[in-house]
Amino acid sequence: MLYSEKVMDHFRNPRNVGEMPDADGIGEVGNAKCGDIMRMYIKVKNNIITDVKFMTFGCGSAIATSSMATELIKGKPIEDAVKLSNKAVVEALGGLPTHKLHCSVLAEEAVKAAVKDYYDKHNISYNKKEYAASECACVIEHKNAKSKQAKSAACKTNKTDKKSSATKSAKSKTTKTTSKSVTKTKTSKKA
Amino acid sequence: MIYLDNAGTTKMDANVKNAMLKYFDEEYGNASSLHALGQRAKEELERARADIAKCINAQPNEIYFTSGGSESDNQAIMSLARMGKINNKKHIISTKIEHHAVLHTLQKLEDEGFEVTYLDVQPNGIIKLQDLKKAIRKDTILVAIMYANNEIGTIQPVDQIGKICKQSGVTFFTDAVQAVGHLKVDVQKSKIDMLSMSAHKFHGPKGVGALYVRRGTPIFSLIEGGGQENNRRAGTENLAGIVGMAVALKKAVSEMDKTNAKLVLMRDKLINELTKIPHSILNGDKKNRLSNNVNICFEGIEGESLLLLLSDHDICASSGSACTSGSLDPSHVLLAIGRPHEVAHGSLRLTLSKYNTMAEINKVIKIVPKIVDYLRKMSPVWDELEKGGRKHVI
Repeated sequence: MLYSEKVMDHFRNPRNVGEMPDADGIGEVGNAKCGDIMRMYIKVKNNIITDVKFMTFGCGSAIATSSMATELIKGKPIEDAVKLSNKAVVEALGGLPTHKLHCSVLAEEAVKAAVKDYYDKHNISYNKKEYAASECACVIEHKNAKSKQAKSAACKTNKTDKKSSATKSAKSKTTKTTSKSVTKTKTSKKA
Repeated sequence: MIYLDNAGTTKMDANVKNAMLKYFDEEYGNASSLHALGQRAKEELERARADIAKCINAQPNEIYFTSGGSESDNQAIMSLARMGKINNKKHIISTKIEHHAVLHTLQKLEDEGFEVTYLDVQPNGIIKLQDLKKAIRKDTILVAIMYANNEIGTIQPVDQIGKICKQSGVTFFTDAVQAVGHLKVDVQKSKIDMLSMSAHKFHGPKGVGALYVRRGTPIFSLIEGGGQENNRRAGTENLAGIVGMAVALKKAVSEMDKTNAKLVLMRDKLINELTKIPHSILNGDKKNRLSNNVNICFEGIEGESLLLLLSDHDICASSGSACTSGSLDPSHVLLAIGRPHEVAHGSLRLTLSKYNTMAEINKVIKIVPKIVDYLRKMSPVWDELEKGGRKHVI
């Protein structure tokens, strides 16, 4: 089996899927180029993460790790949530195939990005180095790619920085309207 | 189970299985042995060879048995490369949509000093014949263009390619792994000099294939040893597999018209219904396409999660997403026809066989839109597309 039962459970029945229009912090990480994007919303009260929601574009591991990460940080103090390691997410899921471990790194980064956004929005100081945006592993790999094909694929990257567009859309959510509005996400709705 | 990954592998035909059985414990001789058991095996081997040759309009002595499509691809290309080294002709022409067995072999040769021109394909997945003509040089030793693509099912204009190569005096090799047993392959008519086939793509067993080499075209062995296959491919012949392949191919060819007529109806229904899903697109030409192939991109979602959810409904399919290939790039074929990365990740390939029914197709048509919808609702990419933060590309 590619995935453990626990991973499949979090994939089939992801916890905390949805949007949060009144989020205190939103973090979006990943890259459509490598096929995984995670967006995490957090609600913070008295330094505790009282609510968390996620949306993910990605494979089974990506969805499962997002789901598990939200479960692991919900109800926790921010300082603890930020310490969430990808290793902890993987362990909680009972393991992931080696080539899927990078998905769990995204989960860890999504939490950090959401917290960073919360700090930024509320003018709370923090160690900028610890929250520096790191390049997605596949972007690094493409830079180091030896073959012509891999290089030319890297050159065709969509250069939009997803993080900045996420924080932009978070700030302008109230003003932006489109004729096609997306229907509100229902949690754990099985197809 | 609804099995829709026939481009990956096919279920063995019952006739094939029955025909193979006796070679395991009754007629189990080694075709190289001098005793009666061995000589009977040799006879069966040569009969299978003749049967397979007839199916593609070749001569029996032009057929070499291998372990499958990948080995045949490797042997064809490496043989011509060796010839090229001898004659100091080091240019090869291929395409951007070849199977990895061809591409990686060519990349290996590039590392050894060969120059390879990878022809672009048009957005419909087919090469421009003009591009081929322009690419041929004095030092071109080989043109390697696949007959039909495994991912998007597009069929190349092999007759014209053969003609151009013949006029220019360049060897034409075609990876016909997805074409043999599905299309009327005629190596004389199409002026094909070398061709690879693989049994498990046409309801034969896995682990066996063949390489056709026109008399006069050089072929060097990849595997040295006991001199089998006229010294071109050592190793005791997989007689059970080879007989299985011959039975499978003969059956596929005799049923071809009937099978294709049935498949086209199912294929087109899938294409027509599934492309009704908003922001989806068919990959590859609708007409010049294998009768068994459907390949569609759905914007805003990722392929592996689509496959896992289909699997929960007992539907077996495939995708061109990076996650499904285990690499970090989505399908090179989808990129070659111009799909952006994020769209290529959201692809679904459904490949049919004679064993599928319209009832199965109808079930798939009901389920896929629901799954796409479910995944889109949790996708931040889809969210951005719908809210206008990102532009729809399909």
